[in-house]
Amino acid sequence: MSGMIHFFSSHFATLSHEFWPLLVGGLATGFIYAMVAIGYTLVYGVLRLINFAHSEVFMSGGFASFFLMKWLIGSSTPNATETVLYLIAGVLVGGFAGAAVATTLERVAYRPLRRRNAPKLAYLISAIGASYFIFNLAAKEFGRINFAMASPFINHPLFTIFGAQVYMYYVIILIVGSIMLVSLDRLVATSKLGRSIRAVAQDAETASLMGVNIDRTIALTFILGGFLGGAAGYLYGLSFGVVYTMGFTPALKAFTAAVLGGIGNLRGAVIGGLLLGVVESMAVAFVNGAYIDVVAFAVLVLVLLFRPTGILGERLGRTA
Amino acid sequence: MKNFFSSPLVKRVGAMVALWATVTVMTGPPGNPAQPTLGFTSSFTERVSFFGLFPTPRGVLFAALGLILAGIVVLYRRILHTPVQRAKASIVPTYQSISAKRSVRGSWYAAALVVAIMLPHVVTDPFWQSAMVSQIAIYTLLAIGLNVVVGFAGLLDLGFVAFYAIGAYVTAWVTGALPIGAPFHHVIDPFWAIPIAIVFVMIAGVLLGVPTLRLRGDYLAIVTLGFGEIITLFANNLYGITGGSTGSGEIPHFVFHVGNLKYLWGLNPVPYYYLTLGFVVLFLIIFSRLEHSRVGRAWIAIREDEVAAESLGVNPLKYKVMAFAIGAASAGFAGVMTAGQSFFINPATFTLSFSINILVLVIFGGMGSIMGVVIGSLLVQTVSMYLIHTPPAGFQNSDLYIYLGALLIAMMIFRPAGLWPSKRRRREIALVESGEEKDQRIVMTQTGEEL
Repeated sequence: MSGMIHFFSSHFATLSHEFWPLLVGGLATGFIYAMVAIGYTLVYGVLRLINFAHSEVFMSGGFASFFLMKWLIGSSTPNATETVLYLIAGVLVGGFAGAAVATTLERVAYRPLRRRNAPKLAYLISAIGASYFIFNLAAKEFGRINFAMASPFINHPLFTIFGAQVYMYYVIILIVGSIMLVSLDRLVATSKLGRSIRAVAQDAETASLMGVNIDRTIALTFILGGFLGGAAGYLYGLSFGVVYTMGFTPALKAFTAAVLGGIGNLRGAVIGGLLLGVVESMAVAFVNGAYIDVVAFAVLVLVLLFRPTGILGERLGRTA
Repeated sequence: MKNFFSSPLVKRVGAMVALWATVTVMTGPPGNPAQPTLGFTSSFTERVSFFGLFPTPRGVLFAALGLILAGIVVLYRRILHTPVQRAKASIVPTYQSISAKRSVRGSWYAAALVVAIMLPHVVTDPFWQSAMVSQIAIYTLLAIGLNVVVGFAGLLDLGFVAFYAIGAYVTAWVTGALPIGAPFHHVIDPFWAIPIAIVFVMIAGVLLGVPTLRLRGDYLAIVTLGFGEIITLFANNLYGITGGSTGSGEIPHFVFHVGNLKYLWGLNPVPYYYLTLGFVVLFLIIFSRLEHSRVGRAWIAIREDEVAAESLGVNPLKYKVMAFAIGAASAGFAGVMTAGQSFFINPATFTLSFSINILVLVIFGGMGSIMGVVIGSLLVQTVSMYLIHTPPAGFQNSDLYIYLGALLIAMMIFRPAGLWPSKRRRREIALVESGEEKDQRIVMTQTGEEL
């Protein structure tokens, strides 16, 4: 008993000592999860389907921007203007690659099934096949090792909050992530495109009677989700490098985040992502680093057990 | 311009060109990260010799093959498969022909069994003898187990490997091969590990199944996917218990020891082949009996319409957990077989690829159709092993994964019920697709099943 108290007190001591740095790091990871989770949630909203191959959208964004960074930066050291330009280019290229893969996926793996009105199991199997196909093809074309991405900036601490040094990388993720998430939220909430997405999410049949082009809306949903996923792949790759299996674990966690926030719910995905990032980061104080992935899995199972509709509840149509 | 791109002919040609490019790149030489486009471009230009033909660039060769194939399809449609022919082919068999088929079927099974028993005497190549056990027979065993989950109950389990791994590690544990040490004083042989492993695996299956099976099927898929990874993670990192990433060895072989009768399975794959074959036949009998039992009918009811099944007093959660646990148990069983046969286990065997491979066998053969799954497993695994044993130009073993992924998509697009579907499953998919699953009566008279 006393041993247990000692265990917890010492771990809480680590936690209180490291709280702010862990929080900052957790929020940064959380933004990446949120960006990927948006992809799951959007597609779930309109198709009632978990896009299993979203991990490969993330991976493609990572690889596309990896090659871009290599080509742009090479062995040079970019100056301040170049840093900003390269970052924007990386986000855009990663995003477009993700969007391209996501649309191709929709075209090849989902649309033929949708035309046939196939049972749900068929979608899941097709998606898992697509995911498996894409990452193994990437392994074949680009090799099986982890490539470090050429970084357009030097990752030095910029400033300090409550004694925690905030690194450049975190600031970049914070800026890019919040710009993209806020603009997506506005896009879905106010634009005509957003209205058609919400309409299809609420009731596809009625929406099509009202003149919404369902095929186009679904394709655009995949593009939006794919863009954010691909851009997230770039941000992730900046720190962790790129490898053909890079999508697997982050995507599984992003899915957890989407479920945690309430799948089909855009803001839920963001909240879930940030929360999961922070929880996982804080868990470092308690769990051996090798088992850190178990934490997200445990969160997923617990959410499914106790609140399967997530924090904000399901449905894209109502809350976005 | 817009009309041009949306015309059916342009779309069809576009799809064919895309398919041609994909197949060419899939089968082509690997690329390298220094020149990311090299793999793609050289796939088209690399010269290959196809069945002794003069070397041709792969792109040209595949274009030619594709055109020939397209020509055959067009001819088939025009000449042999006219609407009249198609109507004739779709005539539903009468009961007389069904019962006649049934008596023929028994002799087919007997013939297949004789062939299976004779096989190791015909195929003497050591590669094939060992592949027959570890890559074909055991995979078939796993596929018929996964078929219970995916085919009978309609639940997608992507972490099947987890149960296989638990089975293998439990075997290693009870036979004293793990660093943690054996739980018993005597080192026991793997036969005794079978019930222990099955108990452990079923507990794991129930623990995982109960929280997730209450929910929609797609959650189950992703939770099992995560579970598979977590089990591998533990196997990789718990050095003191599992031996970590280097794995652990010296698992004793199977011993049969009753009275004076003693038989030790050794390194020779042939006795293992017969042992596994025996278990495959046993599982086939058990599962085909199960399919038509009360439990099996409950699974089908849940799969076809959960709400209706529930209103008729079938408890969906109970039967789903049961299917999940039975599937898990057969994976655990296969884990024991593998551990006993291979003498050594390590976490690198227990990857996502393994789960997907088994899933492909089930889907290809026809989910829900036991014979289909057996035939599918034999076909896919034999072709895979053939490709590994005698690779065509430019083939690497890891290309198999790409092919398997493509096969999954292709099956779902073109033949979702599988190569050799169960009649019931095929009808079910057709019903869902025609949007008439709620009113089966109409469709039943249409297909003549109510006559």
